[in-house]
Amino acid sequence: MLTDILDRHRRDGTRLMQILREAQEALGWLSPATITAIASGIGWPRAKVEGTASFYSFFHTRPMGEYRVLWSDNITDRMLGNLDLMQAMCQKLWLEPGRVSEDGLVSVDTTSCTGMCDQGPAVLVNYRAIPRMTRERVELMVELIRARKPLADWPADWFVIEDNIRRADILLGNRMAPGEALGAALAAGADAMLAEIRTSQLRGRGGAGFATGLKWEACRQARGTAHYVICNADEGEPGTFKDRVLLTRQPDLVFEGMTIAAHIIGARRGYVYLRGEYRYLLESLESVLAARRAAGLLGADILGKGFDFDIEIHLGAGAYVCGEESALIESLEGKRGVPRNRPPYPVTHGFLNQPTVVNNVETFAAAALIAARGGDWYRSFGTPRSAGTKILSVSGDCARPGVYEYPFGVSVRQVLADCGAHDSQAVQISGPSGICIGPDEFDRRIAFEDIPTAGAFMIFDIRRDIFDVVRNFIHFFAHESCGFCTPCRVGTTLLKNLMDKIAAGHGTRYDIDEIYQLNRVLRTAAHCGLGHTAANPLVHTLEKFRPAYERRLKSMEFEPAFDLDAALSEARQMTGRDDAGAHLATDTENAR
Amino acid sequence: MTEARKFRIATASLAGCFGCHMSFLDIDEKLLDLLQLVDFDRTPLTDIKTIGLRGPCDIGLIEGGVCNAENVHVLREFRAHCKILVAMGACAVNGGLPAQRNHLDLRDILSEVYHTEAGLAHGGIPNDPELPLPLNEVHPIHEVVKVDYFLPGCPPPADAIWKFLTDLIAGRTPRLGHGLLRYD
Repeated sequence: MLTDILDRHRRDGTRLMQILREAQEALGWLSPATITAIASGIGWPRAKVEGTASFYSFFHTRPMGEYRVLWSDNITDRMLGNLDLMQAMCQKLWLEPGRVSEDGLVSVDTTSCTGMCDQGPAVLVNYRAIPRMTRERVELMVELIRARKPLADWPADWFVIEDNIRRADILLGNRMAPGEALGAALAAGADAMLAEIRTSQLRGRGGAGFATGLKWEACRQARGTAHYVICNADEGEPGTFKDRVLLTRQPDLVFEGMTIAAHIIGARRGYVYLRGEYRYLLESLESVLAARRAAGLLGADILGKGFDFDIEIHLGAGAYVCGEESALIESLEGKRGVPRNRPPYPVTHGFLNQPTVVNNVETFAAAALIAARGGDWYRSFGTPRSAGTKILSVSGDCARPGVYEYPFGVSVRQVLADCGAHDSQAVQISGPSGICIGPDEFDRRIAFEDIPTAGAFMIFDIRRDIFDVVRNFIHFFAHESCGFCTPCRVGTTLLKNLMDKIAAGHGTRYDIDEIYQLNRVLRTAAHCGLGHTAANPLVHTLEKFRPAYERRLKSMEFEPAFDLDAALSEARQMTGRDDAGAHLATDTENAR
Repeated sequence: MTEARKFRIATASLAGCFGCHMSFLDIDEKLLDLLQLVDFDRTPLTDIKTIGLRGPCDIGLIEGGVCNAENVHVLREFRAHCKILVAMGACAVNGGLPAQRNHLDLRDILSEVYHTEAGLAHGGIPNDPELPLPLNEVHPIHEVVKVDYFLPGCPPPADAIWKFLTDLIAGRTPRLGHGLLRYD
């Protein structure tokens, strides 16, 4: 079995992620013997293989049961009651979250946002997505698990993922036949095509908004033995799911954009880095790729123009940090997803140290449109500084969560009206690392010059406690910190501890000061964007929703994070004492 | 204007080994210079038992972590009477060696020592109200009170203590820098 997997991947260490995933799918878990065999198979040191295997949440180096149920734990899932459902499931299975059942049958735990925010609460069962969980589904699922029914025999409608396209514009409304944009691009030639991309003023859709034409030109000019195109479909920012819909509804457009990019920069090979949570898309995407190969749109001598290019899909394994382009490349090379030092940037030193273009799914789709319709046409949408459209993933408190494509420049208020949101008190835009805005800012616009975004748009109405929202985000960062640099590894955990302390009613003014202090450390000393932005939700909401924190503070004096009197409980129990000296006053005034 | 008031310093060792106090004494002849600048309040050096009887203290130096109820009382008294409270040494900063017991259940420790272990098993677990009860876990002092400065080292070198105090007294934010800032 393992030999087959290794042979299929040509015993190539850079394919380690796929080897590990397939081995785990076949064997259930990655045992020490499996890791040893894989290491010798690819000729890597064992420690390096184990390093990779232990880095990713979706790989396990101990058995996690025949059924692994992971509840998506984004704030939107919380608001839809995921924790109650998970608890009900655990009770029925006589199980503690995170533990494997005695008989090795099942484990239940939480995982970071799985990108089903518009149809939560969602779970992954053996890494297959099931949205819209209910009590009835929990009960039936428990029975199916107890009966050891294979997933293939579970109700098929459970696995249906809805697209929920509520507003389509030029991208989601695209009706071009596969090959139309590519034909136009190849006919125009690489130089003219690059000029069109520059004319269009297309900017990266992953959030940072770097000029796409500039990036592609720099990569084209960079010297190397090979050039690569990578599509970043590691859509991990909680609250984002628009790439899932693009890859479901417009996969040809995305692959076509990649192929056009390859033609411009001179690449023969491209990769789609698909987040592990979207494993269910793999087969359908593979079949689209096969159809493109059969139609002469991919592979050797594309459209008879003597241009060779092919695309491969690489599945991630549950690591948010791999959405950062250099961590993504490390992961694509079979390593731990630790961000690289930048510069040098991927355009000169990317995949296998060669010039590489990494762009978001939506960027490639937009590039394909530009190839077919021209840069001037594209620039006619949006604002002068933000050309084209932006797809928003709308979730949270609204009547119609889903995917909305707007020309840049749309106001937050407009989006809220369109999705049927009432009594909104806050919108978190671009995920936890983005910004949180309140009602007085709802006239601000989605555009690079005002509110730039990768697409997440989470709505919270007046029933919600903003503190709970932020605490969920801070736990997310502490969980997803890759652990490479101390400021982030320790800093995100300290932030988490402070939020838990405030939540438990032990918070004070000093803890608020400490949050600002930690934000300074993270911003200046962390290795990558994850750490730089990890305190964003705190800093934004301390400014705009300060009373949500203040009303939780125990006093303005310092307080310990724990109950001092309870800390004597074990000694009281063992000595049988209960005199005054066997107790500690817990409020500061009495202590004096 | 009268002559500048001397700084009042108090020190205490909680769950520590007095190594930090020994390191403090290692500033040797500079102790005489220090005495030109400061008065000592409660400290093992003066054997004064109660803090603050002669007025508020400027600086409190705490050695050792918090392992029992008495430590909590002393620490709270120091916090109440000192404008600046300093965690001095590894145990005060992180819990240090005494915190090695934190991975064991206190009840198991007490049973092991007073019930199971030969030689001590006769008296049972001491329950005299005179004795402070141990806490379930040993805590660094900043988990119990607000701490203003941290002076790491096991112990902090004498020169580090000297630099730290002279900085504080002169109104400079203490910066230990290379050679003096150490964690072992």
